[in-house]
Amino acid sequence: MTDTLAPSPAQTLAQKLIARACGRARVAVGEIVTCAVDMAMFHDSSGPRRLQPMLAELGAEIWDKSRVVLVMDHYVPERDDDARRIVRIARDWARDQRLPHVYDSQGICHVVVPQHGHIRPGMLCVGGDSHSPTGGAFGAYMFGVGSTEMLGVVVTGEIWLRVPETIQMWWDGRLSPGVTAKDMMLHMIGRFGMNGGRYQAVEFAGPAVQALSMQERMTLSNMSAELGAQAGLIAPDATTAAFLAAAGAPSVDTAAWFTDDEAPRTVHRFDAATLEPHVAAPHSPANSRGVSACAGTPIDVAYIGACTGAKLDDLRAAAHVLRGRKVAAGVRLIVAPASLRDQDQAREEGVLQALMAAGAELFPTACGACAGYGDPMGDDVTVMSTTARNFKGRMGSASAQVYLGSPYSVAAAALRGRITDPREVLA
Amino acid sequence: MSTSHKVWRLGADIDTDLLAPGHAMKHGIDIIATHCLETVRPEFARQVRQGDVIVAGPNFGIGSSREQAVAALVHLGVAAVIAPSYSGLYFRNAFNLGLLLLTCEHAELLQDGDRIAIDPAVPAVRTAEGRQFACEPIPGFLLDMVRAGGLMNQLRQRAGKDAPHA
Repeated sequence: MTDTLAPSPAQTLAQKLIARACGRARVAVGEIVTCAVDMAMFHDSSGPRRLQPMLAELGAEIWDKSRVVLVMDHYVPERDDDARRIVRIARDWARDQRLPHVYDSQGICHVVVPQHGHIRPGMLCVGGDSHSPTGGAFGAYMFGVGSTEMLGVVVTGEIWLRVPETIQMWWDGRLSPGVTAKDMMLHMIGRFGMNGGRYQAVEFAGPAVQALSMQERMTLSNMSAELGAQAGLIAPDATTAAFLAAAGAPSVDTAAWFTDDEAPRTVHRFDAATLEPHVAAPHSPANSRGVSACAGTPIDVAYIGACTGAKLDDLRAAAHVLRGRKVAAGVRLIVAPASLRDQDQAREEGVLQALMAAGAELFPTACGACAGYGDPMGDDVTVMSTTARNFKGRMGSASAQVYLGSPYSVAAAALRGRITDPREVLA
Repeated sequence: MSTSHKVWRLGADIDTDLLAPGHAMKHGIDIIATHCLETVRPEFARQVRQGDVIVAGPNFGIGSSREQAVAALVHLGVAAVIAPSYSGLYFRNAFNLGLLLLTCEHAELLQDGDRIAIDPAVPAVRTAEGRQFACEPIPGFLLDMVRAGGLMNQLRQRAGKDAPHA
């Protein structure tokens, strides 16, 4: 263990959030503390099918049902008997336990849970999924845990933490048209690698981050997982408060949650204005470079899906490229919106119609092929995808070649049939 | 010191999709374990023996929170993983399921098929030739968790129930 010093009077956002959750005025980097959990989220794959038998064996009860959120998103819609069995366990358990917060087939947990106001500034939350750092976009300390650790939370309402260092990613300037939070993230993952976050807290800050919409911020925090960070935080502000108000959440206080100027931290500086679209080549998100490095690579499938790549803002970006155009001959464009709410809004705006008119196939609002569920990718196909991971075999076949990019880049690849700088095709 | 463990040597960035492939995730751990590492070491799941250890490069366990990526190794009898660094999420999952992870800067000097001894309390790894590699200290409460066979056994004890096996 790292030796710990007395807590510095100046604290990072991460330290402030953890201090509140463990009932302290301040905490020191490196110390191990036990925190009260404000909200625990899990899904049909990580949740009931694992938790229910363990809870039954212990004869234990959920510590506070009002703080638990269950989302069915991995095995829905059910494609076979195994999926039906897994989802049935979740539905039966939700009913038996009379869980007050259940979202069945509404979309992907990391999008649905914030859209219903469950993650708010100042909270400490855990999720039974590795992309749980998404909650950090709301100024909450949220991280992923496995099912056994979730069982501990569900029984005790507590979890241990080693107070992390803060690695602040400071983005000056403003993104240029056709460049997104996904490109910022792929750039950072390419530079620091998949464990560059060393399980510390990453904080995204600076004018380019403040200028991002809430959904774009969620993309940054979401892919903190691919940086190997425990949490991916963004100080909450008026954008956060407005999103939560629209979600029907109780009014929130954003003023207390920021990193003190004097707080010790590592700072990396970036210029958003000069950032180009980025693409990660097979088989790691860390194989990421400017799109020109892969431009011209022919693709078979363009996939716009997942919590990190098919939110309303992502669908809008894709439609921006594809409106009034057709995808290239021989290319499948698959669109799996991240939530029903985003899909409905995209339909109201004509975004969904623009994508369908361009030749898109609409897939269910679920995790789907991102993690090899749903309708996974076949052998030997080359896929350009808005998802978060392109590990070998991740989308179904070990021989599939998966490239990751922004929704602009995926739409541009669908249009041309090969990997393309989206700025070349933007109207 | 524990008895002699056979080393299975793997590379860097062994991710959770390699350890517990998505296509197998709908099954129980007995089936998932048969697919463990099939993409990089097809013979692993068939030939690994109780007490063998994995020695890997940096960033072992990156990716998903799925703890089947730990449970598959426990199911196959793997006694410990030794690597220079881990995914933080995988690290927590491993101790929660009673799998010992040793963080060892020089792990990559060990070779496939080597025989080693492990002392989790020091912690250190020693080769048959007597070379010793120091590992990073492990907090006491995590060592206790491994000794108990994982968090579930600790919760059983707190609930006044005996663990089904030691």
